[in-house]
Formats: sequence, structure tokens, C-alpha cells
Amino acid sequence: MMRDCGPATSFQDGGRYGYQRFGVSPAGAMDRLALAAANVLVGNGAETGAVEFMAQGGSLTCADGPLLVSLAGGGATLSVQGHPVAPFTSTLVREGDRLTVSPCRTGLFAYLAVAGGFDVAPELGSIALHRRSGMGGMVGRPLAAGDRLPCAAAGHVAPQVLIDGLTDGLSRADGPIRVVLGPQDDYFAPDTIARFLGECYRVSARIDRMGYQLEGPALIAARGHNIVSDGIVCGHVQVPGHGQPIVLMRDRQTTGGYPKIATVISADLDRLAQCVPGSEVTFRAIAHEEAVRLARQYRARIAALASRLKPAQPDLDSRRLLGLNLISGVVDARDPAVNP
Amino acid sequence: MGRESRGAAGHGAYPRVRPCGDTALTIEFGETIDPDLNAKVLALDAELTAHPVAGVLETVPTYRSLLVHIDPVIADPEALAADLLAMAANLPPTGEAVRRWRIPVVYGGAFGVDLADVAARHGLSPSALIDAHCAPVYRVYMIGFMPGFTYLGGLDPRLATPRRSDPRPLIPASSVIIGGAQAAISSIAGPSGWHLLGRTPVRPYHPGRDPAFLIASGDEIVFEPIAEDHWRVLDKAAAAGEPVADMVAS
Repeated sequence: MMRDCGPATSFQDGGRYGYQRFGVSPAGAMDRLALAAANVLVGNGAETGAVEFMAQGGSLTCADGPLLVSLAGGGATLSVQGHPVAPFTSTLVREGDRLTVSPCRTGLFAYLAVAGGFDVAPELGSIALHRRSGMGGMVGRPLAAGDRLPCAAAGHVAPQVLIDGLTDGLSRADGPIRVVLGPQDDYFAPDTIARFLGECYRVSARIDRMGYQLEGPALIAARGHNIVSDGIVCGHVQVPGHGQPIVLMRDRQTTGGYPKIATVISADLDRLAQCVPGSEVTFRAIAHEEAVRLARQYRARIAALASRLKPAQPDLDSRRLLGLNLISGVVDARDPAVNP
Repeated sequence: MGRESRGAAGHGAYPRVRPCGDTALTIEFGETIDPDLNAKVLALDAELTAHPVAGVLETVPTYRSLLVHIDPVIADPEALAADLLAMAANLPPTGEAVRRWRIPVVYGGAFGVDLADVAARHGLSPSALIDAHCAPVYRVYMIGFMPGFTYLGGLDPRLATPRRSDPRPLIPASSVIIGGAQAAISSIAGPSGWHLLGRTPVRPYHPGRDPAFLIASGDEIVFEPIAEDHWRVLDKAAAAGEPVADMVAS
């Protein structure tokens, strides 16, 4: 049960694919690596639906437990009954427990996953909310205080911790955002492309799941800023007439009519998504072959997360630990299936 | 794949294949709105459907280009770019019969709040405007912008009307609209700077219907004026999942 949360809190998963030809934006989690980390910690597939928090945190009450939960991304932290949960660690919560998600401290997006995922009817194969079209999510809208978030039944999964050097810096490696030039870089003069790659851009306050408006040296298209609409992918850097680039993100439209000077590589989208307004970003062009190599490396990293788990250290708060053991012991003892 | 793969005709020529990062390739047939270009896009799309290529996830036909979404782990983008150009050079004539939909529309009044203004702007009576809008056979060039939003080519050039300088934050679902030289049918309620001529009971997207999406790129559309009473009957049927658009002989 959601007690309170920011206005841009929603169900998100790996996205809604196969319908872009009908104008359906895939949507899906803004930070795929963080979504995957939250999911593997509770034994889920990497793209299982989770609650995405944007910037602001929130609080929830566990209405039916025990339930294994985890939080990852954006430097947000989870507390249960006021006790902080260690980063990248899943934890069991019980009926009546209050879960508190802190605001994102280092980024913008955090993911709360539950073992087995959320039991929400998918629309066109996905529970990801696409706000502009009212698809997916909690009956087509963001989550709000008072919403009950039904959880699918999960097999028993024990608390785990993610190892392998993953720290709070998940999706926040430094360095330029890498792009492949095109598809319409030929609309821009070479010195304009050099400006795009050489200057610093600032993430403006006008950002949402659809696109990130950047501010910096204007990029004027020598051949004009209107093209006959063509297809859009996540990461396209489109340049409208004012010359300030917009990076199109997960809720992008499927088609658009501005020239696209470059495309952010898929391996760097999570990092860009976590850039708060005011962040400075620079872009570096890489060869298409290199982008494909990095995409494969990125996907391998996500696939390997599930093998980078170990059992979580026992909770040092003995009262809490005792409480959990007592509860499960009582339940087990009275369960006729276990003890007829 | 290099920065650009072009057809045999050399620099600046179409078709050409450009990368869209590592997750898609776009094959461009030109940069204008043209039925022949769009026919090539759709023919290549049909070829890819008939002969699936490993690693191709989905395709998005647009006015003048085909966006090919790929899985970079599986696809070989360089080979795919070469394949796309080879296929584009040998497109078979479209064998499939074109589907033609008759779309009922209530024009003007509360259903098309801009009709009178647009007619006055072009020196036409409202009924002459309706006649001009109903006369052509439109071609569905692209579905985009919003789920089921249907972009149409074939608008009478006399009716070309620049988009509103103050876009509306919300127009009703299933609005029959024009903007610039284009015509369209909106699908679900959303923002728009286009001019509202009328409204159809047809739902281009209805999540509870099979198929959920009624109209596809390459289909043909004709509009037929109906009375408001008839609209109410059809709207009820459409809400219950009926297509209420007839397929007619082309």
C-alpha cells in the first residue's frame, strides 16, 4: 500500500515492444541497470516490473507479508520501520511494516522491486506506464497515496546482497556520454558537429521520461530544422529550431520531425537518465562498431548480475531479527501442510 | 558498418542506411512526402515480415524511411545494412490488395470546432469544405505520435492550413483533423495544433478489441459525412469493440 510518493512514481519494466509501428512508445525503466539490480536481489528476471521513483522518495506499508523487497538506483535508500537497509541488499518485510524510500541523493531514478513482481494487468504485454497515452501503470496513471500494489506470489527467496564492486555509484560512472553520429548529422555543418562534441551542455530543468532538454551552445542545422517525420529511438539527440538539443528518452514518441544529430549509445542511457538538472554533460562520438561492442558488454553485465549475489549478512538489529524469526516460526508451526 | 551505407547510385543518393545508435538502423528512401517513396518503404517492410532476419525486433514504417529496431547482441548490423540495401534494390511489386476503409464523420459544430474558420479562411462554404475533404482517397502514410494516430496523404492542396500557433492541450479522441498539407485521424485524446474538422466514432486504437489497432500504414481511407444521431449509435457500438469502419472495394 502506497502511503505517499512523488507525482512521477510509476510501474516500469523492460518496456512495451512490438507496437511502435502503431505509434506505441515502449516506455519502460529509465535506468535499466538499476531496475535489473533491484530485480535480481529478489530473485526476479532483470526486466520484471518495479516501482520507479523519480527524484522524490515515498513510503509504503506492507499489507500482507512476509515479502522480500529491494531498492536500487539514484542513490536512494530504503528503511524498514526506521531501520536503514544496507545498499544493494534485499530484505524481508512483514505485515504492518512501514517502508520508507529516501529521495534520490545522487541521481533521479530508484526502483523498488518485490519478489515475484507486481500482479498488475499488462497492457500490450507490459505494465510500464506511458503517461501521455495513458497506457499501462496503475489503470493508466502514476501511483498515488492510497494505491494498493498487488504482489504476485513468489517462491521462498532469502535476502541477498549484490557483490562485485557495485556501489552506490551504479550507473554513475564519469566521463562523456558516448554517441554515434546520425542519422541526420548531414543536416549540420562540420563546425556545428564539432561544437556539439567539443562543448559542455547542461541538463535543464525541463526533463521528464520523454526527453531531456539540454542547454548550451546552439546547434543550427544548415539544412533546416524540419524534416519529413521519421522513426525515433531512445537516445536520439534531436535539435528543434531553437538549436538546443533534446535527448529523447524512454517515453519518446515513435516518430518525429526534427533532425537528429546523433544517438546516445544504449550503454550510456542509464547514466544520462540519472543526471540531475544542472549536471554538465559532454558528448563523445564513437564508431558504430564500438557502440555495438559496448552494447554487448552492457547487456552481459546485466545478465551477469544474478551470478553476483551472496546471502545477506544477518540483520544486526537483534530485536528486528528476533521478530522476523518468531513470526515465521509461528506461521510454520501452525501450517497444517508443514505440521499436520 | 561504416558511418553510412548507400545504394549503388553514389553520394547523396537514396536509398541509404544510417545507424541510429546501436539499437536500430534506418533506411531512407528520400526526404519528401511522396506516395512512391512510401510504397517502397511498405514493400521493404513487407519483405522483412515475409523473410525475417535474425536480430530484427520490430520495424516502423514512416513517410519515407523504415526504422529497423535490432537487438545488438544478436544482429550483425553491417550485414543487415547490406541486406536492406539489396532488398530495397529488388522490391517485388506489392501483391497484397490495398485495404480501403470508409470512415464515418460528423463534420462541424461541437464535433469539428474549427470547420467554419477553416472554410472561411479558404473562401469556401462549410459544405464545400466538407465536399473537398470527403472527395479524395487518402493514403495512410504512417501511424505515429500517439497509439493509432493515423497520418494521411491526399489532402486537397486548397485545404492546406498552417497549424495553430497555440496548440490545444487536449483534443478529443477520434478527431478528424488537418495541419499543413496533411490530414489525420487522432486516436486517443491528446495535445494538438491541428484544426478540428469533425469526429468519427471509429477508434483507431481500442485495447479491448481484436485487432486493437484497426488501421495500418498503406491502407486507404475515404470519409463519409454522417448525422449526429447516427454517430451516437455507431459510437456506442465502437465503444463495445465494433470497428464501425467498413472495408470497401478499392
